Amino acid sequence: MTELVVRDLVKRYGGLVAVNGVNFEFKGGEILGLIGPNGSGKSTVMKLIMGIERPTAGSVQLDGVEMANWPSHKVARQGVGIVFQHSRPLHRQTVLENIKLALLPDSLLKLFADPHVERRAREIAERVGLAHVMDRRPSTLPFADLRRMELAKAIARDPRVVLVDEPFAGLTPAEVATFSELIRGFRDDGRAVLLVDHNVKSVAAIVDRVFALYLGERIAEGTPDEVMRDETVRRVYLGGSIETAARPESTFKDADTPLLQVDKVGVLYGKAQALQGVDIHVHEGEFVSVVGLNGAGKTTLFNAISGLVPHSGAIRWRGEALAGRTPASIARGGIVQVPEGRELFPDMTVRENLDLGGNHLEAKDAAAQLAWLFDLFPILKSRQSQVARTLSGGEQQMLTIARALMMRPKLLILDEPTLGLAPVILEQLSKALEKLRQTTPITVLLGEQNVTFALPHADRVYVLEHARIVWQGPPDRFAAEAGTGYL
Amino acid sequence: MRNLFRSRVFWIALIGSIVALLLPLKVSGYILGLLTVAYYFGVFSMAWDLLFGFAGEVNFGPTFLIGLGAYAAGILNGYGVPVYPCIAAGAVMAVIGGVVLALPALRVRGPYFGLTTLVAVLIMMNLIVVFAGFTGGEIGLTVPDVLSVNADTNYYIALIFMIVSGVILYALSRSPVGLILQASGQDPVEAGALGFNVTKHKLTAFIISAFFSGLAGALLVFYMGTASVGTLVSIAVGVQVIIAAVLGGRRTIIGAALGSIFLIGAGEALRPFGELSTLIVSAIALLVILFVPSGLLGILTRGEEHA
Repeated sequence: MTELVVRDLVKRYGGLVAVNGVNFEFKGGEILGLIGPNGSGKSTVMKLIMGIERPTAGSVQLDGVEMANWPSHKVARQGVGIVFQHSRPLHRQTVLENIKLALLPDSLLKLFADPHVERRAREIAERVGLAHVMDRRPSTLPFADLRRMELAKAIARDPRVVLVDEPFAGLTPAEVATFSELIRGFRDDGRAVLLVDHNVKSVAAIVDRVFALYLGERIAEGTPDEVMRDETVRRVYLGGSIETAARPESTFKDADTPLLQVDKVGVLYGKAQALQGVDIHVHEGEFVSVVGLNGAGKTTLFNAISGLVPHSGAIRWRGEALAGRTPASIARGGIVQVPEGRELFPDMTVRENLDLGGNHLEAKDAAAQLAWLFDLFPILKSRQSQVARTLSGGEQQMLTIARALMMRPKLLILDEPTLGLAPVILEQLSKALEKLRQTTPITVLLGEQNVTFALPHADRVYVLEHARIVWQGPPDRFAAEAGTGYL
Repeated sequence: MRNLFRSRVFWIALIGSIVALLLPLKVSGYILGLLTVAYYFGVFSMAWDLLFGFAGEVNFGPTFLIGLGAYAAGILNGYGVPVYPCIAAGAVMAVIGGVVLALPALRVRGPYFGLTTLVAVLIMMNLIVVFAGFTGGEIGLTVPDVLSVNADTNYYIALIFMIVSGVILYALSRSPVGLILQASGQDPVEAGALGFNVTKHKLTAFIISAFFSGLAGALLVFYMGTASVGTLVSIAVGVQVIIAAVLGGRRTIIGAALGSIFLIGAGEALRPFGELSTLIVSAIALLVILFVPSGLLGILTRGEEHA
């Protein structure tokens, strides 16, 4: 029987250890869920198996054949297939031709496809439910059909092992049901299936076993129920006992016209609904967290507020509509976003990055602001002349926030500041935020999937799921009312 | 096959070829001479489009391959080797040079491939000047033999060479191999995960491109009777090859030939404007590239579902 075995797998990128000694295996006729929060190394593990990245150490064996360090086309021919979350299909070819591509041999002499290729491609298209759109171009298909096409390409190679990256991202509940059926079909064919996703809940209904990763290491393994009950998993996803210090909403003075009012906002990316009918508001001086898993729509919401993506509905700032204003004008108005990717100037020093942020201030004000920031982030003071790229991830994140604060924002939007940071760094960052909240009248809108980080400072919490707000309330009620979705 | 006869590209190519075959009955030897050169440039551009439009690699140095073919053929001819073995040697030389360049260059990603090819042209230009004793240096290389002294014969050799090259390159681009090549160009990671050796396919595309570039370069030398850096190797020539392909419609092969003929034809038609003519042709090229990304062929086949 087919068995894929991963032993002592390690991947380092320079000083960063993305995967640190991971061991697991899965067999034909089994679905294993590989889960972990953002930055846990789960996607890296998948890429290492497929040969898209080369492991630093360790072994990947398929039925006893060592595949570590093989290029991906060799791994594919050994019997491993992958369903990418994002791919670039051939846009000038039809859906059927895209599937045919996957059926072609890796030969330079094939000037005419074998007749069975056409027949087989049609069979596969029918099996995944693409029969009615076979002759259309991929660009004319709805999102779910594009995902079906990716499934079709993966099964065309008849792989013994199928890796699926975030199988249900961006799909409606009905589509999720259909896709679950298709993936169970892989298992029933006797294939070994690995589903890579953020949390147990999204794959619980379909997997036989779950392997949970955090910061590149195994934290739990077992049935979905066992893993959801696991203490470490609960701590990683929900935090232990969280102390919250929420101020009730009624204490904010601008109850009638909140500082920021987002009203029935929707955003479409091509065919995918990234945001749908989202209502949120933020009072002056309030700390609001938007909690949601990767792909829930947090970044899209912030980009809509900052004027970076077109949207339906209305966004009002101090009661005035932001529609029609440029991102630069919105930023000058006091809404400053710290993007997920940090986007520092990597070859400039810490001081130069900060000076750029304070470029529009008078020299005297800039100096005062800088002194205040060095008080808030002491580490940056000692690193002033260091080049930004050589900072650690946590220091870079602090610098990004500090640079944004140099602009003296009225509303600071933080998008996933904890992405890829180690727990000890989280602590420092958390302290800085707490100090910020207590010593300044600043308004903060924080987007996070790390609940542990998002709740302690928050006055109010919104939960964003599949492009919609599904829950809102004070942080102390979160674990009881909305927490299970985060395991 | 059925699709072929329904495709507008096929009919455009067929009618264009018939018109071109009948042209010597009507037009002057001067125009035929211009078109002869245009046809060789058409092959340069088609070979370039195979790399850019299908393999997804921008070769900024098409003249490296052209120059290798041209100078190898020309220099050999100077030692008394007959014309046709020289042409074959030119093509072989371009392929060898292409492999030597592409093997390391394909290992680097993104813009670095293009930069490598650009540097190759600069090195070649220098070598030609340094070894002036063999190559004729800045003055140019004069070859003893020519393909033919008859303008009509030269015209037909160039035209038939372009048509045959076009048919082969077009068929290749539409074959399963062409499909794999496109996938490798668009998403190499996914192509690899589907079991295709991306480097192998791109290298093959480079070899085929080099073969046709070298062959056309060698033929052009024996048409003109000379080879020089300014006419065959300089960066400006390479830019013209690239612009012709993009202007005609990238990822179409046939469009590249169309673009070459248009560029040379327009340059000639606008000659009364003197210095301005280059400016006007450049402006037209810029407008097409900016506003009709699918190029001249795209304009001709607009609205057609199965192009």
